[in-house]
Amino acid sequence: MRMNQERDPRVRQLASMARASISRRQMLGGAGAGLAALGLSACAPPEPPAGGKPELKLPKDMSATEKTLAWANWTAYLDVNEETNKHDSLEAFIAETGILATYSEDIDDNDSYVSKIRPQLQATPPQDIKRDIITLTDWMANRMIRDQLVQPLDLIHIPNAGRLLEPLKDVSFDPGRLYSLTWQSGFAGIGYDKSKVGRELKSLKDLWAEDLKGKITVLSEFRDTVGLIMLSQGVDISGTFTKDQVAAGMDEVTKRVADGSIRRIKGNAYMEDLKSGNAIAGIVWSGDISILRAETENDNWEFVIPDSGGTLWSDNMMIPITSTHRRNAMKLMDFYYRPDIAAQVAAYVNYICPVTGAQEEMKKIDPELADSPLIFPTSQWITEHNVKGFRALSAAEDEEYSKMWAKVVGN
Amino acid sequence: MTALAHIGSTGAGAQTPGGPAPEPTKKGGITAYLLLLPGVLWLLVFFVAPMAQLAAVSLQSQFPGYPGYYYRDVNFGSYVTAMTEYLPQFGRSLLFAGSATLLAFVLAYPLAYAMAFKAGKWRGLMMICVIAPFFTSFILRTIAWRQILADEGPVVGALKWLHVMPSSGRITETGFAVVAGLTYNFLPFMVLPIYASLERADPKIIEAGGDLYANGLTTFRRVTLPMSMPGVLAGTLLTFIPAAGDYVNAELLGSDSTKMVGNVIESQFFKVLGGFPVAAALSFTLMAVILALVFVYVRRYGTEELL
Repeated sequence: MRMNQERDPRVRQLASMARASISRRQMLGGAGAGLAALGLSACAPPEPPAGGKPELKLPKDMSATEKTLAWANWTAYLDVNEETNKHDSLEAFIAETGILATYSEDIDDNDSYVSKIRPQLQATPPQDIKRDIITLTDWMANRMIRDQLVQPLDLIHIPNAGRLLEPLKDVSFDPGRLYSLTWQSGFAGIGYDKSKVGRELKSLKDLWAEDLKGKITVLSEFRDTVGLIMLSQGVDISGTFTKDQVAAGMDEVTKRVADGSIRRIKGNAYMEDLKSGNAIAGIVWSGDISILRAETENDNWEFVIPDSGGTLWSDNMMIPITSTHRRNAMKLMDFYYRPDIAAQVAAYVNYICPVTGAQEEMKKIDPELADSPLIFPTSQWITEHNVKGFRALSAAEDEEYSKMWAKVVGN
Repeated sequence: MTALAHIGSTGAGAQTPGGPAPEPTKKGGITAYLLLLPGVLWLLVFFVAPMAQLAAVSLQSQFPGYPGYYYRDVNFGSYVTAMTEYLPQFGRSLLFAGSATLLAFVLAYPLAYAMAFKAGKWRGLMMICVIAPFFTSFILRTIAWRQILADEGPVVGALKWLHVMPSSGRITETGFAVVAGLTYNFLPFMVLPIYASLERADPKIIEAGGDLYANGLTTFRRVTLPMSMPGVLAGTLLTFIPAAGDYVNAELLGSDSTKMVGNVIESQFFKVLGGFPVAAALSFTLMAVILALVFVYVRRYGTEELL
């Protein structure tokens, strides 16, 4: 759910597809698959995990001999030293452990990244995706865990994992955090340019004002957009809401698109509309406002949690089933849960830091950031502002709501 | 320019004068097959095989209770969904692609005509201007249009200043912007074939029209235009077919109520859990619709010279 790049994720994806140099092996693999299809024996679709398959068989861990590790993450989601253009925290990890960690900004979008790796993970036998840590948002982590595509973590090798913030410890998609560990978290709420709007926006109703018609952008992530609307309709999104309540939330979006209030429902690229002036307010992610302020050199950008409540989401580190370096991966997770390292990352990315103790460390780096509730929210602050995480959906709900939402966005 | 002049001039038009072709010998036959081999292999691996796979996917059924998992089946349900639920997007795709083709033709014909007959020493420069956009990725150019047409950009600003557009008006996120984007992106594909067929038209024949007392308009209508028809046909096909399947323009320049079939396929494939069969069925339906339209069109307007 990182989103401070300028270009549309789909565009980046298209560009990278155009650029992607296909290795000879992949090429031959592709040709082989094609020829197999010719013989009308194309690879059969993968079977569901409970389809009578044996227990999860994990590959042998090579961490002891292979001191390497590959980590897939979102863009601009790790501290960068502007002089050396390197990730200082990662360099420190390499120096300390001798594990050569490679970091790649592979992920622009949960859906497109996972649709790339899923066929490989689901093949029999699974094909190595060459990544040892992948970082995905809650609902996608839910699917990966449900479909047995990630390895269980050995918490004994991640002692610092105990520092995970209390509200994030027991999440509905991964009770007890057996498969995932939070990388960063964030809020969705209202973002707006105070000088252009000319007043304070406090609730979602304020967004649908007559004079803001066509100047509003909302997130294509329905758990955030519809989640905020459901909260304003008095629904507890972390509880047992019904399909009708979700439908009511989606109907509100349809209505606001139809009456011209919402200009566009967008993913990562919504920032571009805020920068160009096509939109001056909308439903946005918390960390983006500081980036907007910096990039537009305009301190009038404000982020608020609507008075009816906001959503809390996380991106989660997980180890795919094909990884042969899980011990190395867990070492890295442990390293980033050290308060000083977590503070170093938070000072750069400005999202919610999930590590207790990092706030103290942040005081040494930037006291102002240490006081920001958008980076270090207290449990009390979260309760007071009615900030909730969207409950993990069952497989059937997941399917149904993704179809309903596709209709809302015009597909 | 000679190479360009021969775009679309295969078959009868390009046949060299001077006697019948020599009888192919047996050895020549093998050579012909060998020469065909790379192309046939390419088509088998990158066209036939994916098509077979796509067809198989479009007929799959979902494992009950396991969204995103399928089993082999012959289930036409996805086609029913594709054709009933997404009719508006189909209609819009054909409408937008048709409008863009028409607009591109209206813009391209005079341009191609000028390049072929009036440009003189400027012809090379004009040709470069037509081709130059290809030097940049078409996605980047479409993003650039978002900036140019933005609410606080020069175009909207000027239109508002002239009171042509109400102060709350906008260009991006409209159907108009999508059609304009499609027209812009596919214009060169219309210009080049028309130019090629005009350029190789024999000026003596056009002159003969005047000699036979036809005025300028009649000469154009009865002589020049028919001679350029192969180019027009090629140009319209090269514009309409990709435009109907395009999703980039609708994604970047349109709104949530101007989505085309390409956007639906993309969404079914990437966003909707369990949407693979519908995405595949939509792709096939789109191909069938375009194929049918093109068939009728070519039968109606096609000339032998094109085939």
